[in-house]
Amino acid sequence: MSNFFEKSDLSRSEAENIISETLQKCDDGELYLENSKSESILLDDNKIKNSSYNSDLGFGFRAISNEVVAYSHSNEISKNSLKQSSENLKSTLKSAKGTYNYEIPKSNKKYYENINPIEQKSLNEKIKILTDVNNYLRSKSDKIKQVTANFLGEQKSVEIIRSGGETLSDVRPLIRFNVSVMLEKNGRKETGVYGVGGRQSYDTYLKDDNWKNVCDEALRIASVNLESKPAPAGEMKVVLGPGWPAILIHEAVGHGLEGDFNRKKTSAFHNLMGQKVASEGVTIIDDGTIDNRRGSLTIDDEGTPTEKTVLIENGILKNFMQDRLNARLMKTRSTGSGRRENYRHIVLPRMRNTMMLSGNHTQEEMIKAVDKGIFAVSFGGGQVDITSGKFVFNCTEAYEIVNGKIGSPIKGATLIGDGPSILKEVSMVGNDMMMDPGIGTCGKAGQGVPVGVAQPSILINKMTVGGTKL
Amino acid sequence: MVKDQEFLKKKATYCLDLANTLGATDSSVVVKNSVSETVNFRNKKLDESNRSDDLGISITTYIGKKKSSISSSNLLNENLNILIEKCVETTKNTPEDEYNSLPDRDLLAKEVKDLDLYDDTHIENDQKINYLKKLEESASNDKKIVNTESSFTQNKSNFVLANTDGFCNGYKTSSFTASSVTVAKDEKSMERDYEYSSKCFLKDLDDADELGKLAANQTIRKLSPKKIGSEKISIIFDKRIAKGILSTFTNAISSSAISRGTSFLKDKVNQKIFSDKINIFDKPDILKGLGSRNFDSEGVRTDTLKLVDQGILKHYLIDTYNGKKLNLKSNGRCGGTSNLYFENGNISFKDLLNSNSKSLYITETIGHGSNIVTGDYSVGATGFLVENGEFKYPINEITIAGNFKDMFQNIILANDLEFKYATNSPTMLIEGMVVAGK
Repeated sequence: MSNFFEKSDLSRSEAENIISETLQKCDDGELYLENSKSESILLDDNKIKNSSYNSDLGFGFRAISNEVVAYSHSNEISKNSLKQSSENLKSTLKSAKGTYNYEIPKSNKKYYENINPIEQKSLNEKIKILTDVNNYLRSKSDKIKQVTANFLGEQKSVEIIRSGGETLSDVRPLIRFNVSVMLEKNGRKETGVYGVGGRQSYDTYLKDDNWKNVCDEALRIASVNLESKPAPAGEMKVVLGPGWPAILIHEAVGHGLEGDFNRKKTSAFHNLMGQKVASEGVTIIDDGTIDNRRGSLTIDDEGTPTEKTVLIENGILKNFMQDRLNARLMKTRSTGSGRRENYRHIVLPRMRNTMMLSGNHTQEEMIKAVDKGIFAVSFGGGQVDITSGKFVFNCTEAYEIVNGKIGSPIKGATLIGDGPSILKEVSMVGNDMMMDPGIGTCGKAGQGVPVGVAQPSILINKMTVGGTKL
Repeated sequence: MVKDQEFLKKKATYCLDLANTLGATDSSVVVKNSVSETVNFRNKKLDESNRSDDLGISITTYIGKKKSSISSSNLLNENLNILIEKCVETTKNTPEDEYNSLPDRDLLAKEVKDLDLYDDTHIENDQKINYLKKLEESASNDKKIVNTESSFTQNKSNFVLANTDGFCNGYKTSSFTASSVTVAKDEKSMERDYEYSSKCFLKDLDDADELGKLAANQTIRKLSPKKIGSEKISIIFDKRIAKGILSTFTNAISSSAISRGTSFLKDKVNQKIFSDKINIFDKPDILKGLGSRNFDSEGVRTDTLKLVDQGILKHYLIDTYNGKKLNLKSNGRCGGTSNLYFENGNISFKDLLNSNSKSLYITETIGHGSNIVTGDYSVGATGFLVENGEFKYPINEITIAGNFKDMFQNIILANDLEFKYATNSPTMLIEGMVVAGK
């Protein structure tokens, strides 16, 4: 654990006094301290293109009075700097008349080990694997024109000091390994991308030559795309494969169920609590407690232990995801979903690992049930307008379905739908739920946080596919 | 207060000297400080105040043709000592790359012109609050507006870029940004839209009243949208979307994408990729320009480039590393373009709307559907159906798709260019794109 006050002219007890004094008439608030170390090693175009290391240290001081949030952050952990922040907060909340809520739930559970993945593997070992990746892929096919592979590793230590001196802390490891391949055949170029990651050591993900599986998958996707034909345009049935395609859940309903948008009534879901928003058999949870997953957290960035939150149960909307601020204003409790990218940002209610649970259909049944449609297996990313409810996601590997059979691969296309109604169009839920490979980052209000998704195969009756073939 | 040049230069020199002592043959360093103050309003009341003071340093060390870099927000010498030692160690263990080097000395910027990028005015939070009150009053005038969120940010930044070839320069910049996001509601729908203004000088910022009114009107007109059928149709891109197409073009001509072979515009220099009427400029020396700069992120002089001349691609955007790989000289575009724009077309906005009996006017796109390897484009879109020059009704839950190779050839521009962002386009018409809807 980091000792944030070791090299500072500010002692822990002085900091506690400033915090308590600043927050005395506020409803909530805390000092958030963060020390993160991260590395990036990139192989590209046959060379180690980049090896970089970042060390980031800072604090964010937050005071909340009723709905108003005052925030100030700085890189300098010093008496002067904290006092200046305190003055900023107090000048914004001059008329605060609240009562500080000291209560915060506790838990002894931890969902990852206290390790620093960067130090667990030497630079030379990492460079060797990247070089092996390049050689392995380039020896597989002469169509390969470009290989990019990289390691991203991080250890983030956080400490939350609340008014009265209560302190909560967490050390979070995170790694990612990505491979991207570009193929060329008869002048046509296509790419394939795949990666793995989570909150464990590099070796957990790379052992037994598992890196080769990552390479093979990227190459397989690129090869499929090389044979793809233009995607169709218009409304049709869509079968989604298990795992990563759950980006659909994340975009279509996840963001719309975050507490802030519902408190402000700007989400298309704000007046649908307790109502049917999905087909029977559809259950969606947001879970921060799965061991070592990318979206898991022992405590959130306000110090609340994370949990498994049921969002939609058998088609009925049950819960929103809450941080402390929105929970208090909506008279409910925090679900341990208060997150921030780093100390530069305010806390917002965010997703962790968002998952649709298994049903009892098979993927074969779904394909057979489609006369004309598409089967989407892999995705690039998505986006949502939470107010209108319209969301998109971009497929990077998809096939046409003709008369109950999988046909030719089709080019990447954007799929668009309506969040509050799309899950009512789910007519079959598969028995093959799968987690994503651990590479997702979710963006909201300019803040990126690591998240996970999971789902079984599903059949959607009607979605608009944004291809070019009419 | 933002840190002064003297402080930043002292830190930069300290790092270069230390790297040299520890065995680096060359090195470069950037030291930055940025101080921002933001006030947010929601439904005519104070919602958030936010002050940020960000320090940052990034150092790249070279040992011959080996290179590595570090960055940190902790500028205490004690921390820098540890990090620079680590950086030099890592450099020793990183394989050589023949193209690694500092920029050519003769390309480095010799003088720093005053481009009028810094306004010393400090706007107190109380004044920001007055502006936002006025803005939100105007934005929430109509009963259909059910939520307003507005924001005012003042940012002051300063930086120094230095390298062991004697380059050591930097300057202050400022920005004042106001924005308003409104939500409108009727029986059938709820919609969101926005307006914003960002300027180097406080006095140039748009009027609060005007900004609020625009945000509200742009949202209200989107209410009760319809979904249309799938068809081939002409698309008119609002200026705020058209500039995104220009950005995709610049991604595709970046020397990194070109040297890696991952761009559909590779080997297209001196070829016609747009129609004859299209000219594209990147002009770094516009006074008060949002993208203006004296040199690029390596210290290389930046001159105005006519990237596209009568439809013909004239330049890639070249940095030192990829330039050496492509056997071309850096044209000062490490870190991208400056003030980039399409020159005006020769028809009015009204004539552009009238040029087809039926078209779609797009005001927002969602999704990351631009592929610069293949040129394929497919995104979710929101907008209006235009018939015989008139806006008929709002449209959503559709996608628009095409391939940039064809789209570029079919661009027709109106004559309504304005410099609102760093990258700007007049209203743009592209014929023959595919809409997917019902």
